[in-house]
Amino acid sequence: MALVSVKDLHKSFGDLEVLKGIDLEIESGEVVAVIGRSGSGKSTFLRCLNQLEQHDWGTIHLADQRLDGTAMSPGELSQNVGIVFQSFNLFPHKTVVENVMLAPLVVKQTPRAEARKIAEEVLDKVGMLEKIDAYPAQLSGGQQQRVAIARALAMDPKVLLCDEVTSALDPELVGEVLLVLESLAKEGMTLILVTHEMKFARDVSHRVVFMHQGRIHESGDPQTLFTQPKTPELAQFIASVL
Amino acid sequence: MTDFTLWDIVRNLLLAGRWTVVLSLIAFAGGAAVGLVLTLLRMGGFKPIRWLIRLYVDVFQGTPLLMQLFLAYFGAAALGFDVSAWTAASLALTLFTSAFLCDIWRGCIEAVPSGQWQASRVLGLNYLQSMRHVILPQALRLAVPPTVGFSVQVIKGTALASVIGFVELTKAGTMLNNAAFAPFTIFALVALGYFILCYPLSRYARYLEKRLYGAGIR
Repeated sequence: MALVSVKDLHKSFGDLEVLKGIDLEIESGEVVAVIGRSGSGKSTFLRCLNQLEQHDWGTIHLADQRLDGTAMSPGELSQNVGIVFQSFNLFPHKTVVENVMLAPLVVKQTPRAEARKIAEEVLDKVGMLEKIDAYPAQLSGGQQQRVAIARALAMDPKVLLCDEVTSALDPELVGEVLLVLESLAKEGMTLILVTHEMKFARDVSHRVVFMHQGRIHESGDPQTLFTQPKTPELAQFIASVL
Repeated sequence: MTDFTLWDIVRNLLLAGRWTVVLSLIAFAGGAAVGLVLTLLRMGGFKPIRWLIRLYVDVFQGTPLLMQLFLAYFGAAALGFDVSAWTAASLALTLFTSAFLCDIWRGCIEAVPSGQWQASRVLGLNYLQSMRHVILPQALRLAVPPTVGFSVQVIKGTALASVIGFVELTKAGTMLNNAAFAPFTIFALVALGYFILCYPLSRYARYLEKRLYGAGIR
């Protein structure tokens, strides 16, 4: 039984059909990289998975539970699917540890001492324990993104979505964030990443999904996909980014 | 005819100046309370209420404060209500202040980047929790400088209450001048009185703005 199961997902913005029927099954512990040109619908797809965008047609199941529509409250959803954004979106008026503790305290009603313990654990995981009392403005982009990952992990989600998490970073800061994701992958975290880091997609992911014009155009294991693309669109895309 | 010494004039202006201060405080406190409720209602989702509040803000921003005072005083009398100059001035200035603060604060809430709403939504916080823990604390920091700055407008606005017979700084100046015939001295002192009240607030607002900018809050 797949952990995430997406069936016939459609989404339009006005007259523009962005997703034209996506079917995808993702196993627990799988790392899936979603690649494609801008405008191919990959970010919209990701945002539908945690209902930041409401899709028009189709279903999303998470471990046998319906996730879309009104089936889950935002509170339940956040404990199933976490997301990290390109632009970090840390809360600037809160310290690192307060950023991480907020959702467990407010949404899960976790006792303060326990929330603090959880926060320290996840911050340790992303290597940000020593900056626990810093404010986001005092951190580099890479450090902020690592805190954002910790903040998502604090809700103990079953799946972590990453929406171009390294695109806003200076080149020398990309590595530290990718290392964190790689270690999460090794721990068995289910990851769905929209990414432009082809090397990372090739080295770390178990499966690569190439999206083109609102559909999954081609997918498969990274070695085969990158070396022997079946479709001219993918071949062209690979040639343009590598 | 009695001769007025400078001290007589200053003393009488100071006594009347108390009421300028009191009226400003009433208008500001009342306006802030009403304005806060309006701001929160306006940010909520219910369309007719949002529309009504926008109309309210537009009406008070789009008409002179003087007309609002006339309406509160003479209009209420015409409708058979017996309102004192105190009541009319407090009411009109409170409504006037609330409309402007509602607009200033709405702007501050909207100035918090949309990514903050998204981040708190995906962490599972509902509307009120997001407002309380994420949006309002940031909006509040943005709101302090323009709010303090607007309080200067409220203080100067109280001068108009003189036309409905409310004896504050300006009205006292007019009355003194009728008796003492020293318009330049008297109105220069009246102006000085307002300046002494307003200047520290303007400076404070500027200081707060700089500090906010320095803190690197977007």
